[in-house]
Amino acid sequence: MENPKTIQIETKALNVAIHNNQVLKNIDIQIPAKQLTAIIGPSGCGKTTLLKSFNRLLEIQDGIKIEGEIVVDGINIMSSGLNVPDIRKKMGLISQKPYPLPMSIFENVAYGLRIHHDKNQKELAEAVQNCLQEVGLWSEVKDRLHDPASRLSVGQQQRLCLARAIAVQPEVILCDEPTSALDPIAAQQIEKLLLKLKKDFTVILVTHTLRQAKRVADHVIFLYFGKVVEQGTAAEFFNNPKNPETKAYLAGEIS
Amino acid sequence: MSPSTLNDLFKNKVVLGGIVSLLLSILSLFVLNNLVFFVVFLVIFIILLLFNFIKITRKLYDTLGSRLMLFVTASIIFLFFLLLIILIQGSLRILSEESLPSLLFSSTWKPFSGEFGLFAVIIDTLIVTAISMLIAVPISLLSAIYIAEYAPKKFKNIVRPFIDVLAGVPSVVFGLCALLVFVPIVRDDIAPFFGSNISSGFSLFTAALILAIMVFPIIISLCLESFNSIPIALKEASLSVGATKWETVKKVIFRASGPGILAAIFLGFGRAFGETIAVSMVIGNQELIPSSLFGPGQTLASLIASNYTEVSSIPILASALIFVALLLFIVVLIFNLLGYLVLRRASKRWKY
Amino acid sequence: MLASVFIVMGSLILIVGVIVFNGAPSLSLQILTQTSEGGFYLGAGGGFLNAIVGSLLLALPATGLAFIIGIAIALYLQKDFLNPSIANFIRICLDILWGVPSVVYGVFCLTIMIAIGMTGGSVLFGIIALTLLEIPIITRSIDESIKMVPAGLKETAYSLGSTKVETAMKVVRRQAMPGIIAGVLLGFGRGIGDAASILLTVGDSNYFPTSLSDQTAALPTMILNLVSMPDQVVQNKAYAVAFVLLMIVLLISIITRYLTKKSSKHIIK
Ligand SMILES: Nc1ncnc2c1ncn2[C@@H]1O[C@H](COP(=O)(O)OP(=O)(O)OP(=O)(O)O)[C@@H](O)[C@H]1O
Ligand SMILES: [Mg+2]
Repeated sequence: MENPKTIQIETKALNVAIHNNQVLKNIDIQIPAKQLTAIIGPSGCGKTTLLKSFNRLLEIQDGIKIEGEIVVDGINIMSSGLNVPDIRKKMGLISQKPYPLPMSIFENVAYGLRIHHDKNQKELAEAVQNCLQEVGLWSEVKDRLHDPASRLSVGQQQRLCLARAIAVQPEVILCDEPTSALDPIAAQQIEKLLLKLKKDFTVILVTHTLRQAKRVADHVIFLYFGKVVEQGTAAEFFNNPKNPETKAYLAGEIS
Repeated sequence: MSPSTLNDLFKNKVVLGGIVSLLLSILSLFVLNNLVFFVVFLVIFIILLLFNFIKITRKLYDTLGSRLMLFVTASIIFLFFLLLIILIQGSLRILSEESLPSLLFSSTWKPFSGEFGLFAVIIDTLIVTAISMLIAVPISLLSAIYIAEYAPKKFKNIVRPFIDVLAGVPSVVFGLCALLVFVPIVRDDIAPFFGSNISSGFSLFTAALILAIMVFPIIISLCLESFNSIPIALKEASLSVGATKWETVKKVIFRASGPGILAAIFLGFGRAFGETIAVSMVIGNQELIPSSLFGPGQTLASLIASNYTEVSSIPILASALIFVALLLFIVVLIFNLLGYLVLRRASKRWKY
Repeated sequence: MLASVFIVMGSLILIVGVIVFNGAPSLSLQILTQTSEGGFYLGAGGGFLNAIVGSLLLALPATGLAFIIGIAIALYLQKDFLNPSIANFIRICLDILWGVPSVVYGVFCLTIMIAIGMTGGSVLFGIIALTLLEIPIITRSIDESIKMVPAGLKETAYSLGSTKVETAMKVVRRQAMPGIIAGVLLGFGRGIGDAASILLTVGDSNYFPTSLSDQTAALPTMILNLVSMPDQVVQNKAYAVAFVLLMIVLLISIITRYLTKKSSKHIIK
């Protein structure tokens, strides 16, 4: 074993039901800080649901029942009385399909800064530039910062979403299949970015391409029909899977 | 408000300043009785409020904002019932002097001698609305189908905006045209053609005609909207199994947008039924049970427009007119609810 | 089928044609820039500037009020704030209010005016009547366009740590902007053209109104007054007024097209 890692997120007996359909069953996982954790599993196994429960985004839908604990930095975020927007600020979410906000490129990145931090125009402009540079978008958009964000290509939009997410200075970045809508080159860009970002953030990546998980993950969680089948370091998971279902999945027998 | 919100509130010096200045302004008004100080402090308060308050305590902004929206939303429901209550309250006077049956089933409307029978007016209203819908519905539906399914694209692009503009033309404009064009036509051509030679042109039929024209753009544009939301795949599926275009229209389009068409007809009906000005300009304004379509009449709505000037001289007339407005409201209410129920059942059955 | 299209188009073109051909010739600079004091109704000079101003004084504040109320309600009807079944109940109420003939709003205001002993009419009650008339129109139009806002966009806003009101005011509102503009202008068009509600509430005047309790002339009611005059020459002036009203409606529709196009560049599909 490597040196012990600090645990950023830990769930305890997490159960989620959507319209009386038990989607997540007794999830107990630990997600190490400042690492890239991949959540893999076949379609419909509850990956998105798990990710959305981390920033309490599930509860804006109706018919949701959540039980159990999600402990982030020692605090159970499911306990009542917490300020939900603050929790969400700590956990940036990148969705499968990029959704720029209906405003200019600049305003997209500045949005989170404006609502969370009191910055003057100059600081704002600097922060926006930093974030765009961080995701490698600055050189592409610096001459059209005030154009509508909707005019960017899908790959650019996804990077803009990343820039917008890191602008609010989250601790965790949750990515829900961020590359599935992109072409291979744009996807590669995102992958590289995520690898870079894990120095400063805890990154959780939902993916259903095994190869992507192999390429980038430090830690892997395998979800199957709403249950955690196996979790561990990437090396162990891919080279020495313990569970027969994991073996079957890695061999491509179930999907 | 939770304690943490209150904490947020008082931690903030600017907010505290705002509250102090508000208190000072109240103080200066009531204790010092000084208007200048009051205004000054109030302005300080408002400035602080606008620039900092909102920005700094987001939670408070959220709470206040949603409370405010809740308040406005609740007050619109309140308004709905207030409307009903005031109309009922206002009609109590006429209802205490005349019985409901005599109001509804007596046909002499002579406000000056205290007779308020609405029967003739109700009959006229029904006739005018029915005729206008008989003219408008088939013509609008056929036009909508043609525009949506058969017309060349160029034609469509010209016609749609035109129809939308016309849906917004004020009714008084329609009335004016009817006065100039339809009144003489009805008098000189249409009425004699049907063997009625003494028509002045101000008649039930003229009113129905102009109402039909007013309703065209409403029904057409709503129908077009619902035709447009039919998935193209559905039409192609029908055409690909060898159905002709007309069969497709009948089987697919009528079924798929049945609820939309129904809604359009209901809306058109509502417009025709309650139209006031255009009708009162051409209907002749006489409260008679019609002997012919080409004779004068009066609808419920136009009755209000042609009698309201007398309300100050005959107080009970006001109450009678309020009662008429109440009737209009109730009929619209019933038709909307009916429409809603039909649509709900239909949209269950017509799922595609 | 083609015949019915011809009937529809023919009759509608006829309406526009009649107004344009009868109205345009009676239009002059004088008639547009003078008030109707000094015998406009008697065949002497004068114009109807006071009616134009009156109409704007009624319809602009009414539209502003109805817009503020409408957008608050429409945003609140989202399921983020309100239980969907309650929201649907409110939608039904609004639809009923939309269908209520405008004369009923006039009678409603008249009832209140009689109750408080006010006679003759006032700008204030005209504004109230038009506001009531426009609220359901504007609210439901905005509501329909807010319904089209993708759920993913709202989720995105929440993920960034926005509160509900921030999401509604900063993100949903922007995404629904074209619908909001269209709704407001639709309401304004209905308001400025409606005769029945203001006929009962604003009275008439040959001058510019100077306070909220003044009576005022307005374009639609002036048309009614003019056509009821015995003199043919005076009657013809009604077409000039109607022409102006028609132009306003046309202008509104052009502005709507322009603004919705302009405001939809930021829209996320
Ligand atoms: N709104 C909903 N109502 C009912 N069931 C739902 C709802 N949303 C999700 N589910 C169910 O929850 C389960 C998990 O959904 P989830 O979206 O988390 O899957 P996923 O692993 O992200 O799949 P994918 O890889 O296709 O994105 C699915 O079986 C789905 O049918
Ligand atoms: Mg998913």
